[in-house]
Amino acid sequence: MTRRPARRTSRSTRATVGLAAAALSMSVLAACGGGGGKPTLNWYINPDGQDTLNALAKSCSTDDYTIKIQLLPSSATDQRTQLARRLAAKDTSTDLMSLDPVFVPEFANANWLLPFEGELADQVLDDDVLKGAGETVTWEDKVVAAPQWANTQVLWYRKSLAQAAGLDMTQPVTWDQVIDAAADNDGTVGVQANKYEAYVVWINSLIQGAGGNILDPKTVEDGRDAKVTIDSKAGEDAAAVIEKLAKSGATQPDFTTSNEGTSLGRMFPESGAGEFMTNWTFVYKNYEGLIGKPGGPKDEAELGDLGFARYPQTVQGEESKPPIGGIDIGVGAYSKHPELAQQAAVCVTSAQAQTDLAVNEGLMPSRQSVYGSDELKEAYPAELLTLWSESVDSGGPRPKSAFYSQVSSAIQSRWHSPTSVGPSTPARSAAFLEAVLSGKALL
Amino acid sequence: MTSVIANEAKAGNGKKDKEPTSDRSRSENRLALKLVALPLALMLLVTAFPMLRALYLSLFTYSLTAPDDRKFIGIDNYVTALTDGLFWRDTLVTVIIMIVTVAFELVIGFAFAMVMHKVIFARGVIRTSILIPYGVITVVSGFAWQFAFSNTNGFVNDWLPFIGTDFNWFAERNSSLIAIMASEIWKTTPFMSLLLLAGLAQVSEDMLEAAKVDGATWWQRLYKVILPNMRAAIMVAVLFRALDAYRIFDNIFVMTAGANGTESISFLTYRQVIEQFQLGIGSALSVLLFLSVLVVAFIIVKLFKVNLADARQEG
Repeated sequence: MTRRPARRTSRSTRATVGLAAAALSMSVLAACGGGGGKPTLNWYINPDGQDTLNALAKSCSTDDYTIKIQLLPSSATDQRTQLARRLAAKDTSTDLMSLDPVFVPEFANANWLLPFEGELADQVLDDDVLKGAGETVTWEDKVVAAPQWANTQVLWYRKSLAQAAGLDMTQPVTWDQVIDAAADNDGTVGVQANKYEAYVVWINSLIQGAGGNILDPKTVEDGRDAKVTIDSKAGEDAAAVIEKLAKSGATQPDFTTSNEGTSLGRMFPESGAGEFMTNWTFVYKNYEGLIGKPGGPKDEAELGDLGFARYPQTVQGEESKPPIGGIDIGVGAYSKHPELAQQAAVCVTSAQAQTDLAVNEGLMPSRQSVYGSDELKEAYPAELLTLWSESVDSGGPRPKSAFYSQVSSAIQSRWHSPTSVGPSTPARSAAFLEAVLSGKALL
Repeated sequence: MTSVIANEAKAGNGKKDKEPTSDRSRSENRLALKLVALPLALMLLVTAFPMLRALYLSLFTYSLTAPDDRKFIGIDNYVTALTDGLFWRDTLVTVIIMIVTVAFELVIGFAFAMVMHKVIFARGVIRTSILIPYGVITVVSGFAWQFAFSNTNGFVNDWLPFIGTDFNWFAERNSSLIAIMASEIWKTTPFMSLLLLAGLAQVSEDMLEAAKVDGATWWQRLYKVILPNMRAAIMVAVLFRALDAYRIFDNIFVMTAGANGTESISFLTYRQVIEQFQLGIGSALSVLLFLSVLVVAFIIVKLFKVNLADARQEG
């Protein structure tokens, strides 16, 4: 008696399973989509500048393909892991992706990026592309991505504060001068020194500004075998700047957990002289939009007191190496439509695309010619455009290593907290970095 | 309720023993084997394969971003992990979390189990409300407690008398761990009390009544009758929860992301594999995690001298 209902159940279960399987296969087929029609190219973007990127996706779609935007999470780590998981599984639907420059070596070394070759390579990386941005897209002498926009840091400051300190800002200034000027005149120095990527950006620029590197650029592409060169005179010079700031009276209260946003409010404080701050290009539009609002300048005149200058020198007389950021467009190595995806990549990184991104979203161009366009000249002061393009052109990349995320974490672990940085920090971090690269230490 | 299920299961077993080898039962057995074969194969595919694969990968130096540099290095990854201070620091944190949370959950869980067992009025409502935290997703619970402990918009600082209103719980290790463990305890105590309730239901009313007649006080009945009779259930509850707690991940991920030395072994493994893409050392760590879970289970079983088979049969 117990068996009959059981059998009935099994039959109906079978029917259910069958239906479910049919439904599933139908939905899978539907997902593959396009069936013979116009192919769809998926473009994974990060959330910066979505509106313009959506417009670009539309305007760059042609009779041959449609570009579809897919949104990545907002944190850089999550963006990287999500793309890496797809590509490690040889995902054929990842056609275009917006990449932070430090991901490019990692992805290229894993053969996840389809290199641009021949004419396309020349188009993507011609003489018009600023050097600092161009350096981020090559790997083993191949062009593996197309620079879309470039970010860089400059020194933002209050002209009145520099004047009170008697600092001649028409000439390159050093970190020493900036720290002293702020400390002696009731000002502060804003940096990014929380335990995160931007702190490595600062350290890297300080070291490069002293003529050194975290990893030897000649062997950096060798991955685990790269030579660690942070334990050098340049490393010590960099540590000296951080130590000096930490011990000076010019630090901000949240110095050890400071990020790009924390020091914005100290430029135009209720009381006090303001600050010197190294920060990315978004700062200008930020203050322009805050006139008369909390955290911003009181009026147009006070905005006029906002100065900008080349990234400070680590060592007197040695040209500074401003940080480089931005976005490069990579084409997935497993894409079903590689040629079309590369065409699309060229379109979304064109001069026109870069103009739109700069004017609408404040994301600065990686092409020299775009800085001279009328649209940009209307949106930004001419000297600022010149400063930015020069900074991007002469900026220094972070180590181009397939193990960059480990390099960065290792540096963070030994250089944080910035209040503990001293003359022995470079040597300690070099030993740890070597151990991490050779797989002898856990991060 | 649980005891009824246990009895049914027992009856089922008994029936099987009584009719050994009729044609019908033999063909039933064959059918059973056939039916089990496919799920078993699937199980092997989805559980045994990843485990063996992890074991295999743990013998290599292998980064996802440098697939060509993959190299066999034997047990070097294990040596690296076991000689690294970070591994032992994280193990210590994990063990502390496990011991503290399970101890709290056992006590509070037992009280809840008593309430659920004895309650006469509004039984369904009370039982359900005790179980609600267990139905909350751990990530949600993590966020809720993170907000509660926050010094800008949380209420914990206002409620606790000896804590300043701007005390930052997540600024250093001990206070962060307290916040993490509070969330963990809140979330999983109901599970503990559910397991203990099953044990309570197995304690015979006759024995309790006999003890009462003999003049045993409430405490004596608890210590001499109830607890010894539900030792197996307590053991199962502690074992389950300890193994769960040893693998703690979500709360740490949400509340501190491992900052200030609050990282557990699971979190360390996660970082190596998912964030750093180091499949070799990451796999070695997950094998070590698996082994240490076995060790914890072994210690608990030996410590409480409990026969797991008893736990299922007792009643």
